[in-house]
Amino acid sequence: MNKPPNKPPRDWLKGVLSAYDTVVIGSGLAGMTSANLLAKMGHKVLLAEHHYNMGGMATWFKRKGGHIMDISLHGFPCGMIKTLRKYWTQDISQRVVQLKNVRFDNPQFSVNTSFDKIDFTHILRERFGIMKEVIDEFFVTARGMNFYDDLVMTTRELFEKFFPGRTDVWRFLMEPITYANGSTLDDPALTYGIVFSNFMDKGVFTYQGGTDHLIKEMKQELLRNGVDIRTHCMVEKIYVDDKTVQGVRINGQDIQCRSVLSNSNLLTTIEQLTGEEHFDPEFIEEVKKVRLNNSSCQVYMGIKKGETVPHVGDLLFSSEADEYCTDKILSKDITSRTFSFYYPEIRPGTNRYSIVSSTNARYQDWANLSESQYRHDKRVLEQNTLDALEKYVPGIRKKVDHVEASTPKTFKRYTLHPSGTSFGTKFEGLKVSRDLPNQINGLFHAGSVGIIMSGWLGAANYGVIVANETDKFLRQLSPNLVTASA
Amino acid sequence: MTIDEVRQIILNILADIAPDEDISSIDDNTKLRDQIDLDSMDFLDIVMELRKRFNIEVPEKDYEHLATMAGCVSYLTPLLKDRPLAS
Ligand SMILES: Cc1cc2nc3c(=O)[nH]c(=O)nc-3n(C[C@H](O)[C@H](O)[C@H](O)COP(=O)(O)OP(=O)(O)OC[C@H]3O[C@@H](n4cnc5c(N)ncnc54)[C@H](O)[C@@H]3O)c2cc1C
Repeated sequence: MNKPPNKPPRDWLKGVLSAYDTVVIGSGLAGMTSANLLAKMGHKVLLAEHHYNMGGMATWFKRKGGHIMDISLHGFPCGMIKTLRKYWTQDISQRVVQLKNVRFDNPQFSVNTSFDKIDFTHILRERFGIMKEVIDEFFVTARGMNFYDDLVMTTRELFEKFFPGRTDVWRFLMEPITYANGSTLDDPALTYGIVFSNFMDKGVFTYQGGTDHLIKEMKQELLRNGVDIRTHCMVEKIYVDDKTVQGVRINGQDIQCRSVLSNSNLLTTIEQLTGEEHFDPEFIEEVKKVRLNNSSCQVYMGIKKGETVPHVGDLLFSSEADEYCTDKILSKDITSRTFSFYYPEIRPGTNRYSIVSSTNARYQDWANLSESQYRHDKRVLEQNTLDALEKYVPGIRKKVDHVEASTPKTFKRYTLHPSGTSFGTKFEGLKVSRDLPNQINGLFHAGSVGIIMSGWLGAANYGVIVANETDKFLRQLSPNLVTASA
Repeated sequence: MTIDEVRQIILNILADIAPDEDISSIDDNTKLRDQIDLDSMDFLDIVMELRKRFNIEVPEKDYEHLATMAGCVSYLTPLLKDRPLAS
């Protein structure tokens, strides 16, 4: 019974080396993927995560009654299969399965789709009466957009050009992307084009086994490749001298390193971890212009053991708003929700169901409430969500035995993102992120930025791109490193 | 390394990157992209593998040389000619 008095806190850095080639700050999908690659390339890597779990936003939680809730496993593009195979393992990639039934339900239309190019073309023709030539040209235009395109055209202008005045079509094409990365009609059309085309390639996919399984597999692979993983480890400072990375301070302890790859938020990395004084003033001016993306609210509903939910779809974009409208989607007065239905197939053998409702949200709407108001508003959010779900799953209140909400404050607490941003930064963040190593030798950033580098696929792939830069940098310091023979 | 050995090395790298593709019938003078399903991440993988295996750095401006098999071979052979085929 008696705990020893003044038991020293556990030393989460016990046995840590005095120096590493790279310290990766944060174990989001970008951080983990780059850590894995750099270790495979022969570098000594320390992966530091402040939370007790890895995964960042790719996470889950468990609740009494056998509930497991996934946070960001609503769906990702087919490209994730290849990314998991190439940068993780064959086994992991083989667990990716397609979601067959994506639904829209709003005052303008009610549609079921497999969410791929063939089906979208069909629906645009049959349901919305758009000419085949227009649809084909739209797909070609969206697909053809790349990073080097001029950034003048917005998504609104793109839609206006192809589907003038057709707000129903805009909604059909835009609503899912808004949920996928927080982008709006006023963001550069190329961000829309790239993300939309990624999904349209083959549809929406999920991971069989759930987020917990994925992250555990990734952790095993990181360990196999020799990454030194440290959870409960907050990186407090990146030390820079003479425009070159020297080391980091973690939980009060200094550790040397030749490079830092930060998966922490871009602005946090620059302004807090490194310090503005180390950068050129012109660069800081660009940093100040970077806008954070929006955050989210979610309601997690655990279905009682033994209860079932009929197959009403995998992903359901539901809205009571007359038209697609970014402001309405972000409003605390919620009219639009994405429901993710998790059937037993997602975790074979468990025979359990859960439903997660997601909405885009603004941090300021939740940040300054009194404790009691905050609690109250969360309860209202939960109850309104159950009411809205009743339409699709009659008797839902009798089926659930756990309901819980998260808000932008929750996301901020767990991932440390300023304003709890769910999808990093707007487009301009990408250039700042890419420019970091030109400002400070050995300082790299990978993580959701610029809309196109966000989501599971974007973050993981960006981790690869930046790991390549980091490897190049490290090899310039030790030119004789050859890792594997051919 | 001989030209044939260099070609074989590129084939090995491609086989790792695109295991589902039939790389045995690659035509040396047609763009790789038009013959097998390669995206920009795959080209980045080729660059990373070359660095990892041989310490060869392909600067971004030279990526275009990797577009065809013939291009790869003529770009890489001078860089690899003094290397023995790694064991
Ligand atoms: C509600 C919601 C739903 C989503 N749904 C989907 C979806 O269905 N499909 C999809 O593809 N994407 C989805 N996303 C987006 C996707 O989850 C993210 O884009 C992606 O996971 C971000 O990965 P990341 O590598 O950028 O880092 P993050 O996940 O942001 O991780 C950063 C990590 O760094 C750690 N960290 C930060 N600072 C420090 C520090 N100083 N010291 C130590 N550790 C630190 C954090 O704790 C965190 O673990 C969703 C996001 C949200 C919020």
